[in-house]
Amino acid sequence: MSKGPKEAGMTLIVKTITRLTVGLILLYGIYIVTHGHLTPGGGFAGGVIIALSFIHLTLAFGKEVALKKLSKEGTSILDSLGALIFLAIAILGFTGGYFFLNFINKGVPFRLLSAGIIPLCNIAIALKVGAGLFAIFMGLVFLKILDKDKK
Amino acid sequence: MLELYLLLGFMIVGAIIALEAKDMVSSVIAVGAVGLGTSIAFLILKAPDLAITQLTVEILMLIILIRATLRRDLPFSTSGRWLLNTVITVLFLGVFLAVAYFAIKDLPRFGSPIMRVAKIYIAEGLKSTGATNLVSSVILDFRAYDTLGEATVLFTAAIGVIAVMRRIGRKTEDEKVKADDE
Repeated sequence: MSKGPKEAGMTLIVKTITRLTVGLILLYGIYIVTHGHLTPGGGFAGGVIIALSFIHLTLAFGKEVALKKLSKEGTSILDSLGALIFLAIAILGFTGGYFFLNFINKGVPFRLLSAGIIPLCNIAIALKVGAGLFAIFMGLVFLKILDKDKK
Repeated sequence: MLELYLLLGFMIVGAIIALEAKDMVSSVIAVGAVGLGTSIAFLILKAPDLAITQLTVEILMLIILIRATLRRDLPFSTSGRWLLNTVITVLFLGVFLAVAYFAIKDLPRFGSPIMRVAKIYIAEGLKSTGATNLVSSVILDFRAYDTLGEATVLFTAAIGVIAVMRRIGRKTEDEKVKADDE
């Protein structure tokens, strides 16, 4: 797997298929997140699918390509941003009374923009879960490479 | 109901194979099969939210475990104090079973009273939150505190992994701290 920078990643077949499918996987994750209040799914599952699309990229093309799309600093920032947005939504509930109050207008059911804070919370959790799991994966991959250097 | 029992049998067989397999990769794949069985069981029990989450987390866990264990045989330390270990295991198992015997008698019977709080959620969920996915309305509105705690757990886990696995502070072969790269 670590054959030098030129042939990092897997074979040409895997790379071509990945180039075709990785965008669709990312799009499906975003769909699961944004429709979390209407259909099965939600922030956690969608966030894991988004993280899986980046992991797919890492496995097929090597870690340099994936880190160019989403760097380590970017991962940390998105992870922290998701947690802070979720907490901020919870605290903003105090404007109407109590913690986690659904303070936005509920809207019409079955519309995309409905259910008040729930879509916003879904997006925040998806950012958090996606960035966090991608960071965990990259951490474990780096560990493997370091171990190989030692031998 | 029959398919659920078949699935449970499949999962038990998979778990035993995962325990008894000689090399790590077969063991990891058997664990993945057990997770897939859990996902299908959720689908049979009509919980598609949990099925999606279980499936995706299972795929992620399989990738991480294979990347972490491939081409690396982790030896099991079977030598030494196996008698002491077995005695302690059996002792704690006995204590747990004895406590569970008395504790489980006091629990309400399985499935009764059926849905005491959930009745209110089902009746009021759409009206008071506006979300048509009731699971979403429960985890992000009625029980949002739980979700906040879960998000905190995941955040802490990510921080912990990054803090343990980063390169700063690691010693290289000749015991020099490489501080120039992350």
